Amino acid sequence: MITLNVNGKTQQVDTEPEMPLLWVLRDLLGLHGTKYGCGVSVCGACTVHVDGEPVRSCSMPVAAAAGKKILTIEGLSRPRLHRLQEAWIEHQVPQCGYCQPGMLMSAAALLARKPTPTDTDIDEAMTNLCRCGTYARVRLAIHSAAGSPAARKG
Amino acid sequence: MTTGLNRREFLRASAAAGGGLALHFSFPVPAAAASGAPATEVNAWVVIHADDRVVVRIARSEMGQGTYTALAQLVAEELDCDWSRVSAEFASPNEHIKRNRIWGSMSTGGSMGVRGSQDYVRRAGAAARQMLVAAAAARWGVPAGECTAREGVITHPPTKRTLRYGQVAAAAAALEPPRAVTLRDPKDWRIAGKPLRRLDLPDKVTGKPVFAVDVALPGLLHASIAQCPVFGGSVRGVDSAEAEKMRGVKKVVREPGFVAVVADSWWRANEALKKVKIDWDPGPGATASTETVAAMLRDGLADPKLPEARRIGNPEAALAAAAKVIEAEYGSPYLNHATMEPQTCTAWLRPEGFLDVWTSTQNAEASMAAAAETAGLPLEKVEVHKMMLGGGFGRRGAPQDFVRQGVAIAKALPGVPVKLMWSREEDMQHGFYRPASRVRMTAGLDTQGRVVAMHTRIACPSILKVLVPQALRQGIDFTAVRSFTDMPYTVPNQRVDYAMRNGHVPVGFWRAPGQQNPFYRECFVDELAAAAGQDPLDFRRGMLKEGDKNRLVLEAVARAAGWGAPLPPGVHRGIAVADGFGSFTAMVAEASVDARGTLRLHRVIVAIDSGHVVNPDTCRAQAESNVVYGLGALLYQENTLKDGRIVESNFLDFPLPGIAEMPKVETVLVPTGGFWGGHGEPAILPLAPAVCNAIFAATGKRIRSLPLKHHDLRRA
Repeated sequence: MITLNVNGKTQQVDTEPEMPLLWVLRDLLGLHGTKYGCGVSVCGACTVHVDGEPVRSCSMPVAAAAGKKILTIEGLSRPRLHRLQEAWIEHQVPQCGYCQPGMLMSAAALLARKPTPTDTDIDEAMTNLCRCGTYARVRLAIHSAAGSPAARKG
Repeated sequence: MTTGLNRREFLRASAAAGGGLALHFSFPVPAAAASGAPATEVNAWVVIHADDRVVVRIARSEMGQGTYTALAQLVAEELDCDWSRVSAEFASPNEHIKRNRIWGSMSTGGSMGVRGSQDYVRRAGAAARQMLVAAAAARWGVPAGECTAREGVITHPPTKRTLRYGQVAAAAAALEPPRAVTLRDPKDWRIAGKPLRRLDLPDKVTGKPVFAVDVALPGLLHASIAQCPVFGGSVRGVDSAEAEKMRGVKKVVREPGFVAVVADSWWRANEALKKVKIDWDPGPGATASTETVAAMLRDGLADPKLPEARRIGNPEAALAAAAKVIEAEYGSPYLNHATMEPQTCTAWLRPEGFLDVWTSTQNAEASMAAAAETAGLPLEKVEVHKMMLGGGFGRRGAPQDFVRQGVAIAKALPGVPVKLMWSREEDMQHGFYRPASRVRMTAGLDTQGRVVAMHTRIACPSILKVLVPQALRQGIDFTAVRSFTDMPYTVPNQRVDYAMRNGHVPVGFWRAPGQQNPFYRECFVDELAAAAGQDPLDFRRGMLKEGDKNRLVLEAVARAAGWGAPLPPGVHRGIAVADGFGSFTAMVAEASVDARGTLRLHRVIVAIDSGHVVNPDTCRAQAESNVVYGLGALLYQENTLKDGRIVESNFLDFPLPGIAEMPKVETVLVPTGGFWGGHGEPAILPLAPAVCNAIFAATGKRIRSLPLKHHDLRRA
């Protein structure tokens, strides 16, 4: 049994310690917002926060997350929409939407660390891949949520 | 949407069947419509709740392109309801079959979602409005012609009485559908034509389980699959003893073309699959390589007896008499779609002989047919639950391989729902690839630099040959020759030859099928402009008739980009134009190449004439999307072959552009009205040639093959 704290709730999970956190979230805990994209830490669709840090959950054994605070996209909007989620709607960021939970979790970690990020900060932090090409709107929405003057509607 | 367990409410309507918008006596209303206040299906597209909420049924698929919202806008426009009370839901494919395909086409490709259904969905909205007005008029005992409807409220001005749609929906549903309706002039649109917010985004930003990979059902099992690494090969032997002992493993399924492990989580299934020893019979494809494909295409170009896809004038004589002859060969590689959501299908063969399928599909009817055939059930005993697609780009339309596999696996576990999801590696190596192709273009210029003749030879595998053979015409696959056979330039003598050369690699419809041809054509036209000593924009304009929409978008993009105005030092422009998928698109790319040969794309300006624009914001988003999708293919993506297998396996060796590579994209919508063009694909057409022409302007180097990673871009 492994004890996990997911979105503020402590849960016991009966699993082998090497199962990646992604699959514990999706298949054992039924939290489907976090996505599989590549399984090798490249695309970032599986990004969640572990003790406030953005991690690629496809490559983190669940045992490494035991006892730490895990935040997923489902927990980001509690009690209300995160300002990034509001900005995502304001600027109509998602297209297919599959990579967007990971994008939002990376952006939330960035804003927690740097409340008003520069374009360079965004380039460095937002390593998530999007096949639909929502990048310009991702950048705009991050600046907008940060209240930065760069967030003029394009 | 989470379970879709068919908890459906069967309502009765007393509407008569027959007429253009036939209604049946009883029909299911999906969960979204059935929740809350009682709902009435006024017609197949329009469901109205007693509290005035309107649910618009959508038959096409949503894969990011915005059709889900745009079609709802068109219906709501003609219905004239309160947009803030509108939601949408997918129409049921099973109902679609039972109701004689009442929703028209469920296929979503070719940028057809809006333009292919705009007429009948608008008619449905208008018909529903007329029926609601007629029902209100009947209640008041006044002529319907005295009543008006606006934003969900029907008014009888002489008596100042009003009724809301929700109050008369049930009565309206009982009326005969009108025989004729009048559609609004787009210039009077109030809901359509506006940049309204997409209906699918609230769920997508909160991580709601809207995708096929998110399906959750009681007792659901998970499957991971291994297909023969060589296309066309098969399973010769399987040793699954070790895998079957692993935790959570329920079954190892062996089929002629694949092995799948079913377990209680996808990770456990995939880990166990790695331990299955599979003896593959690779079949005849095992000797194929990138080199053999290149040789096959070169052989095609050399074939003296090719079918002609186009002939105008006397190209041979005109070329022989030309003052100057320019010839060049271009080529491009196989490309995977690489949707972010891998191929997936959940299938549940229920004991009562009904099959439920949840999948990401661009063609629900094709999914149904594949599922029914695999299960040996009639279509009426199959339901395909349409989910939001985690990208499509053409991968999830015609092939339906993942549905056949999902149902075959479910057949091995009757009564148990099984979710098949491909690993990224399977997805990368078992696609239906954009065909590799090679062309040779030969053009003749007269002494004034005018193009008097052009002869194009195209060697390219045929997509239609396998996926839609009935669409082949005299051995010509139009997707392989388009942009040459319908070239807008007024060249008096033209010939296009097509060499169909099909390797063993499955090919398919990749975003804007045939999109490699505008790369070839528009780069070659740039070569001709240089040979004629003319400005690339003026040269193109000179070959386009007055009023040709290709010319209009070229002029629009040149104006927006400030063509001819000075640029910062080192920055150069390239231009290209292409029509396709119903729209006309021109692009200017501003690029620089530094001393080390590193390309920087500063700005892309795109002008599109799609006739009408239903949602300008999603249209702009599609232009941005096409730029990024095209950019990956331009810069570094390719699928290569070795020993009959695709070499690339994941995003490490098939990279996608990231946020730092995203250029500034400025989209100019120039709709001229009178026709309906698409938006999901057109803007990818001019991207590669516009950038490569800018590279030529910057370096003097002609790029005649993609991707760019193989080229040394340092100034010659």
